[in-house]
Amino acid sequence: MPSSTYELTHLQALEAEAIHIIREVAAEFERPVLLFSGGKDSAVMLHLAVKAFAPARMPFPVMHVDTGHNFPEVIEYRDRRVAEAGLRLVVASVQDAIDAGTVVEETGPRASRNRLQIVPLLDAIGEHRFDAVFGGARRDEEKARAKERVFSFRDEFGQWDPKNQRPELWSLYNGRHRRGEHIRVFPLSNWTELDIWQYVATEGVPLPPIYFAHTRRVFERDGMLLAESPWVTLLDGEEIEDRTVRFRTVGDATCTGAVESRASDVEAIIAEIAVTRITERGATRADDRISEAGMEDRKREGYF
Amino acid sequence: MELLRFATAGSVDDGKSTLIGRLLYDSKAIFEDQLDAVERTSLERGDAYTNLALLTDGLRAEREQGITIDVAYRYFATPKRKFIIADTPGHIQYTRNMVTGASTADLALVLIDARNGVVEQSRRHAFLASLLGIPHLVVCVNKMDLVDWSEERFEEIKAEFRSFAMKLDVHDLTFIPVSALHGDNVVERSATMPWYEGSSLLHHLEEVHIASDRNLIDARFPVQYVIRPQDQSSHALHDYRGYAGTVAGGVLKPGDEVVVLPSGLTTTIAAIDTADGPVAEAFAPMAVTVRLADDLDVSRGDMICRVRNRPHVGQDVDAMVCWLTAESGLRPGAKLAIKHTTRWGRALVKDLQYRLDINTLHRDEAAGSLTLNEIGRVRLRTTVPLFFDEYRRNRTTGSFVLVDEAANNTVGAGIILGPTEMA
Ligand SMILES: Nc1nc2c(ncn2[C@@H]2O[C@H](COP(=O)(O)OP(=O)(O)O)[C@@H](O)[C@H]2O)c(=O)[nH]1
Repeated sequence: MPSSTYELTHLQALEAEAIHIIREVAAEFERPVLLFSGGKDSAVMLHLAVKAFAPARMPFPVMHVDTGHNFPEVIEYRDRRVAEAGLRLVVASVQDAIDAGTVVEETGPRASRNRLQIVPLLDAIGEHRFDAVFGGARRDEEKARAKERVFSFRDEFGQWDPKNQRPELWSLYNGRHRRGEHIRVFPLSNWTELDIWQYVATEGVPLPPIYFAHTRRVFERDGMLLAESPWVTLLDGEEIEDRTVRFRTVGDATCTGAVESRASDVEAIIAEIAVTRITERGATRADDRISEAGMEDRKREGYF
Repeated sequence: MELLRFATAGSVDDGKSTLIGRLLYDSKAIFEDQLDAVERTSLERGDAYTNLALLTDGLRAEREQGITIDVAYRYFATPKRKFIIADTPGHIQYTRNMVTGASTADLALVLIDARNGVVEQSRRHAFLASLLGIPHLVVCVNKMDLVDWSEERFEEIKAEFRSFAMKLDVHDLTFIPVSALHGDNVVERSATMPWYEGSSLLHHLEEVHIASDRNLIDARFPVQYVIRPQDQSSHALHDYRGYAGTVAGGVLKPGDEVVVLPSGLTTTIAAIDTADGPVAEAFAPMAVTVRLADDLDVSRGDMICRVRNRPHVGQDVDAMVCWLTAESGLRPGAKLAIKHTTRWGRALVKDLQYRLDINTLHRDEAAGSLTLNEIGRVRLRTTVPLFFDEYRRNRTTGSFVLVDEAANNTVGAGIILGPTEMA
């Protein structure tokens, strides 16, 4: 803890800011929910939310938007974390939405379910009348996110209007909204990927094993290493081989790429990141490469 | 490693985007795929060089119009510090964005084109930095390559800027001659300007002393959330009652004699908890949970402070307000929602005393309203008492936002001057 010089480290300052934001939501909203994918950002967010209310229990549930294309290790991790913290888990299922006909599965070898998450997410928000939805997005991830507010207003269609955002000054957050509208809240806005990993290291935040180097059957597509899974069909010339890899994000298993790495613990990952010259999305998310403005378009429609 | 937040402002084409792009690039905060995208776009646009400015343009509208229209946040780190840049557009029509970016900044970076010298916008940026209480101001005199790296020109601009800044509340003013395009004095000291003896911009950002900027004297703890586990399984937890919040000023310690506002009841701090265990002291901006020795009725919006050092308590405040919306104006008689620390209330605009011309600092006492981007001095009456300090003393307990009660959007940013003097 800080000494008598009254200085905080950058991680302590970021943690304090995130806890302030999380408590502000718990105080001002009736039905918050925390999006929990099992990825490292949501793992850190959950860790912070648990800390914010200790020794009491975190006063809201978590929600997983399940693409159905999961790494089994991630689902196992999700369920374990939820049980440990004594929380309620809401699952919004893309498969259910496909079965109900509210979304249509993409076709072709590059089909992914990432975009299909929007409808079940918004439906679940409506059904459970969630008025604040915590997301783990960081502003350093992507250009459109660099301008997103910490309290980001969504209209009754769940849409984000980047040109009409509420000014956000000091640490005075304005969460006022009408029934049917909601606020997306991003407590990790000011964190970078390196901050996340440093925090994981200092706090010992548990993560799913796929973040650490392991041997996996993978194939190369568009310059990325994709995992073998029941949902992908190999194209001509693509071949499965064993490689030592780790994942930098977890998402739809069909379009989340692995990187070759021997980093088997957090320290090794931090050392690797410190010299990495490719952003995590650019390296490992096929869906973000679609166009320069890919993320902005999806966010407008209600994406995370 | 400490965190430094700084805001940038400059007129269009002063080279702000190039400078930030250069800081990010030279500090290796730019990744190869981002650089590839920028190189591709530069080629498509027919730029003659890799336009580092593109790195800092976010939304599509901005790419199309080639201007920065919002506040964009950028991150980079050196082995010494982590930096958050609030990148704001400089034109007067974006004053509200500048005010937003400046509200949390430890340092403001103002850009001046060496050829043009101090212009109206430079004065306005310096004024906004001082109004928003930014403790450190750095003036980068850019495009020194275009004035033959002239010391004389640099000194001229310095003198002119200084004479203006004397009228403002600026405590720490630094001038650095740079060429953002070529990188001189941005990261490394440049050999092209041997007459300049100060540090490079990055070195200055790494070294500027910010720890003493915070108020460590006036203990202020706005209660944010009451933590009550109500756990039947454990006795200790069953009776636990903690007041969670973020320290807004001063230093809190167990054993401190404190008063809770508005009740005025006094007690002592029994313990200061965090999820990592109790702490011996807490200061801004730590997020902690305070337990009190006595069972008082304390709730969100209350303020815990030292018995002999209290904030102003009142419903009548004088403040500078920056108006943030084009959809309405601020007029005497208007009623708005107000958020101050963790308290919401309603505010009535009793009087608009003057509107400030933020270029000339002229006060227009005949003004009948404030419209988008205008700043003026107002007198407010609130429905609930506020526990506040002058903004100059404390940026957290001295600030508020005004919210339109029908549309729910944030329409005003307030900087408290003090309690209204009743005649
Ligand atoms: N010669 C020279 N040109 C510069 C310098 N810095 C920026 N520029 C050019 O000035 C123009 C405007 O720069 P930009 O960074 O887009 O300005 P902004 O509007 O303030 O963001 C561009 O053509 C830059 O290449 C400099 O130090 N020297």
